[in-house]
Amino acid sequence: MTPDLLRILPEVVLTITGVLVMLLDAFLPAPSSRRPLGWVASFGVMTAIWTSLWQLSLPTETAFYNTVQTDAFSVFFHVLICGVVLVALLLSLDTLPATQHHGEYFALIVFGAVGMCLLTSAVELLVVFIALEISSISTYILAGFRKHTGTGPEAAIKYFLLGSFATGFLLYGIALTFGATGTTQINEIAALLPLVQSHSLVLIAFVLMMVGILFKVSAAPFHVWTPDVYQGAPSPVVALMSTAPKAAAFALLIRVLYGAFPLLKPMWLPLLWGVAALSMTVGNLAALRQENVKRMLAYSSIAHAGYLLAAFAGLGVTGIAAASFYTAAYAAMNVGIFAVVTVVSGYDEKLPLISDFRGLIYRAPVLGGLLLFFLISLIGIPFTGGFFAKFYAFSTAMQGGASWLALIGLLNSGVAAAYYLKLALSVAQAPAANAPSVAAPKVAVGAAAGAALAFAALTTLILGIAPGRVLNAAQAAASAFSDSQPPAIR
Amino acid sequence: MEFTNSIILTQILVTPLVGALLVALLPDRRSLSRGIALTFSLLTFFFTLHLPVHFNPTLPGFQFEQDIPWLVSPAIQYHVGVDGLSLWLVVLTGLLAPIGVLASWRTIQTRSKVFYSLFLVQQTAMLGVFVSLDLMLYYGFWELSLVPMAILIAMYGRNITENGGPRAALRFFLYTFIPSAPLLVAILWLYAKTGSFSFTTLQGVVASGTLPAGPPCWVALAFLLAFAVKVPILGLHGWLPDTFSEAPVAMAMVVAGKLGLYSLIRFHVGLFPTQARQAAPWLIALAAIGILYGALLALVQKDFWKLLAYGTLSSLSFCTLGIYGFTLAGLDGSVYQTLNEGIIGAALFVLLGVLYDRFGTSQISTFGGLAQRTPSLAALFVIASLAMIGLPMLNGFIGEFLVLSSTFSAVTWGWAAAATIGVVLSAAYMLTLVQRIFYGPPSGQVTANPGPALDLNMREKLILYPLATLMLIMGIFPNLWLSGIQSGVRSVANPPAPVVMKQAPASQSLQAGGRQ
Repeated sequence: MTPDLLRILPEVVLTITGVLVMLLDAFLPAPSSRRPLGWVASFGVMTAIWTSLWQLSLPTETAFYNTVQTDAFSVFFHVLICGVVLVALLLSLDTLPATQHHGEYFALIVFGAVGMCLLTSAVELLVVFIALEISSISTYILAGFRKHTGTGPEAAIKYFLLGSFATGFLLYGIALTFGATGTTQINEIAALLPLVQSHSLVLIAFVLMMVGILFKVSAAPFHVWTPDVYQGAPSPVVALMSTAPKAAAFALLIRVLYGAFPLLKPMWLPLLWGVAALSMTVGNLAALRQENVKRMLAYSSIAHAGYLLAAFAGLGVTGIAAASFYTAAYAAMNVGIFAVVTVVSGYDEKLPLISDFRGLIYRAPVLGGLLLFFLISLIGIPFTGGFFAKFYAFSTAMQGGASWLALIGLLNSGVAAAYYLKLALSVAQAPAANAPSVAAPKVAVGAAAGAALAFAALTTLILGIAPGRVLNAAQAAASAFSDSQPPAIR
Repeated sequence: MEFTNSIILTQILVTPLVGALLVALLPDRRSLSRGIALTFSLLTFFFTLHLPVHFNPTLPGFQFEQDIPWLVSPAIQYHVGVDGLSLWLVVLTGLLAPIGVLASWRTIQTRSKVFYSLFLVQQTAMLGVFVSLDLMLYYGFWELSLVPMAILIAMYGRNITENGGPRAALRFFLYTFIPSAPLLVAILWLYAKTGSFSFTTLQGVVASGTLPAGPPCWVALAFLLAFAVKVPILGLHGWLPDTFSEAPVAMAMVVAGKLGLYSLIRFHVGLFPTQARQAAPWLIALAAIGILYGALLALVQKDFWKLLAYGTLSSLSFCTLGIYGFTLAGLDGSVYQTLNEGIIGAALFVLLGVLYDRFGTSQISTFGGLAQRTPSLAALFVIASLAMIGLPMLNGFIGEFLVLSSTFSAVTWGWAAAATIGVVLSAAYMLTLVQRIFYGPPSGQVTANPGPALDLNMREKLILYPLATLMLIMGIFPNLWLSGIQSGVRSVANPPAPVVMKQAPASQSLQAGGRQ
């Protein structure tokens, strides 16, 4: 193996795993269960986590002709994304009906992970584009996996059309950037940017790229697709796509903003603040009116994208660290809550509404308790990951001089508490005497789903009680990243 | 002994948590859960008694301190300690824990595991609020105290109206949670400017006037607002009546008063003496009007929970009145009255809870002539009512007297006179309540309930006799408590000194803040 290959070792491991799953699927006899394939995929993802952690021992360098760079930043997001993918895989193992255990389902999740991982280590815009496509196309297909329902294909088509439109914007932005600077390498862009004559071209290119990326993180005003897609896609897939691709897109956003366009900071900072404030407000206000749990969580994820963007208001490294930490905490709690929703309402989603969750804690105390715990974390109560995430995001916003944004954000979290509580209270409420949910059978949790839930819950708890290590990792990620910038631009 | 002193607060905080964990892990059997809960709450109470025994009122500052770094950046410390202000509040919280368990002994019949584990978590959260000396730690406990409370109100609400429990829980949660958003912004602002969350450091920095002049005004306002809701102060009391009528007894008796009042004294008056003095005229007016408003509304309530809610609003306003007079006697009286309110409120909640359990209604008009059937219930109810009114020899008198006399002499006689009318009104509504429930001709539901089981049983007597005795002792020997309290509030009562002692850490941390 050449050293270059070591730089993309996790991606290599994941690709091999995906191909292996496809091949095994073909060789397994038709009627037999496909569950072992899920275990193979999970094992591959665990290996990928291990190899990315190993990459920390490598010096920060680029590989493959300056297109890929592994540093603490990329490792942080690799581990994060693979962790989420692992939870989604374990969750799918137990909740997918036997007939749905197709090999390609697991393979697509793993291939998606390849794209997302590559996205976080790519420092060349064309590689970025390719990685984004790999991850997006997998998620488009996964979103439509419930073919027999009306909403499944609708979700897939909507996501596909809007998503490819947004990717088009990104590609156009990349092309114009190349036109303006003559390069698509992120670090070189930063170095060449001061020499560029045509400022309007750079601005247009930058704005087009922003549209593409903000669509992927579902920040307002590019959020319209989110509720419909989340509602139609299978819950384990939503658990995945509401966190992992977003984390990857945030990593990309950080790379592009701080890596390629630090010069434009006076321009993009107020822009991001505006988008942050808008996302929080729009997301939360819309979530207030939702009756469907998945739609509510979709709007809540828009709001969380807003909180995350608020972290950018912070000063350079602190802001990146805060945003990275927020991504981790958000991923843990959001994947957790979708995991509970998946286990409770099943693959065919018998219980889509908030009122259907009434009395859950009486029916399934552990699941109900976990749901409450994740909701408490999403609200941002201390001693959970959600609190420290908000805390870092808003304290960096304060230090960056955007007190108003912190105030809007925290008031928004008050609004958000209202709809999270609506679900929480429904869970805690005594079941109505004649409600069908009383008659519903006890919810069984399999070993794999149980492990997934425990993993997400423990991570959320640890992030809330002893966030020190993850915070250090986030700070290391942020500083490793700032090292890669040419000093002239700083 | 040195070692015990340094870890006693942590021990107090951890004990209920261990109990909660045990309850949660062991099987869901009622007798088991409540037995563990009782054991651990008694244990906590026992540990809190260590504090007054070894507390030295002559020393300034905090005692039983423990200070461990929790996070390096941001610099959050696990810093706990008590002074005369928080000392008795901690003991009071410890005392009310076993009483809360005993009060729920029979009423909590299903899911006792959930109830008792959350109940114990709630104890830790409340104790944590009183002992935290790091603003982030304090905020953590402050927010944490909301969660078990809201869940317990939702799950074990009386549901007097359809879905009453969940709705009361939602209202309670949002009323407290939304104002705590500006509070967090204010805390973060202070951190951004000073680089410290430590209470003592911040106190030094604020007092030395090194902060820019403008913003502390809104920072102080954010603090004030968050605490005022929790007290509650008039105008922010919308959550109180619902919560009182829905919450289970063990929760309702700790929900109002002490957390908010303590925070006002410690963090609003203590951190921002200048701004607090600017806000004082408004708060005094609100308090005096609150006394009258609460008392007048209590007079016309048909439901005894609501009556108790407005009566509590009225008597908690006395505490606010005492705080913002900034006299030593007034502050003493406020803290004392906060303790009284905790004890009297607990007794009244338990007594009314007994009535509610026996008859299943809280409509006052359905009661009457109960005294012949339930002599001990009636006797204890009368004692608690007289204490609430402020009869001499009972504890309520001391608190109200200190507050009113200091308001008369040092503030304005106008508001003091208004507050005094409130005392008369409180006698009116409490005695009317006693008269309508216990005297007069027996009502239909009382006669329809033959049998001797109406009166207090052994367990209820075990709760109420100690509380009644305490009311008496606190009324006769107030100095046992007041000396400690005085040592805590003296620094608050003095007008803000222009230059303050701890210059060195303050300037260091300012530089640290500047570097960030």
